[in-house]
Amino acid sequence: MFSVGQEVAAGPRSSSFPEWNRFAAVNDEFVPIHMDDDAGRAAGYPGAIIMGRLQWSYVHRLLREWLPPEGRIEAVALRFRAPTLRNALFDVKARVLAVRSGNERVFADLEVWVENGDGVVSAPGTATVSVPAQR
Amino acid sequence: MSLVSSEMAAAVGSVIDWKVSYPVAASDIRRWAIAVHYPDPPPRRFCDETAPGGVVAPEEFNPFAWMVASQREPLVAPESRDTDRMEKAIGIAGPGLRNQVNGGTEVSYGVPIRPGDVIRSETRLVSYVEKTGRMGPMLISVTESVWTNQDGERVQVERQTAIRY
Repeated sequence: MFSVGQEVAAGPRSSSFPEWNRFAAVNDEFVPIHMDDDAGRAAGYPGAIIMGRLQWSYVHRLLREWLPPEGRIEAVALRFRAPTLRNALFDVKARVLAVRSGNERVFADLEVWVENGDGVVSAPGTATVSVPAQR
Repeated sequence: MSLVSSEMAAAVGSVIDWKVSYPVAASDIRRWAIAVHYPDPPPRRFCDETAPGGVVAPEEFNPFAWMVASQREPLVAPESRDTDRMEKAIGIAGPGLRNQVNGGTEVSYGVPIRPGDVIRSETRLVSYVEKTGRMGPMLISVTESVWTNQDGERVQVERQTAIRY
């Protein structure tokens, strides 16, 4: 399942109020900088910016869509270095750095990140995932 | 002059917040999954109660959104967007810095959240570290929140880094 150097990517996409409003509705995150371009500009950005927690969800989404049904996300860490703007292209990617075998499961330590349309990393991080050991 | 007062230093290691969720509803989980997978359909295991093993929540699901069943009341009421919210919660003065940004989040997961679960979160202050950056003096605060379910099983441990300057 896992091999060192293996890469996965969600594929380039953008997001805007249709995605952000849905996330605000489930996470009670109706913060002006995520809802209104004028509020984003007032905070020093070119417009409204994505919620950090939605990017956090997109990293989890990449991992669970890559893993088989019996796979497990063990841990995720992410730093928010730069905001993603409304309608801006971004991609979520992961690379296997190490593979470890436990008694019951095989673990993969990953580098994960969100990058913008120019390939600049806006949110670097790490993750650990696992699948059952084959017997 | 240090940004960390003796009162703040003495608070390191102490519980600064706790909260208890209402019982998690299957529709809470379903709507979360729809939102984070939109415009694609969410995986069946987050929505279909006939799926093998029953419904589970996405790992990053927040059971405390909107309202909680009970929580620690802050000893000093914070103002809107108050950067000293953490210290006021335990009744001490904070550093009074102007800005705060999220410096990072780390979570390790335990058992999944399922419909009917009641989740308790207890947050401890782990550390204060002072640095000087481009914007002047900075205070980096790390907190750790442990989530457990109604059976005392560990759901997740989250370390949050806040940068104030």
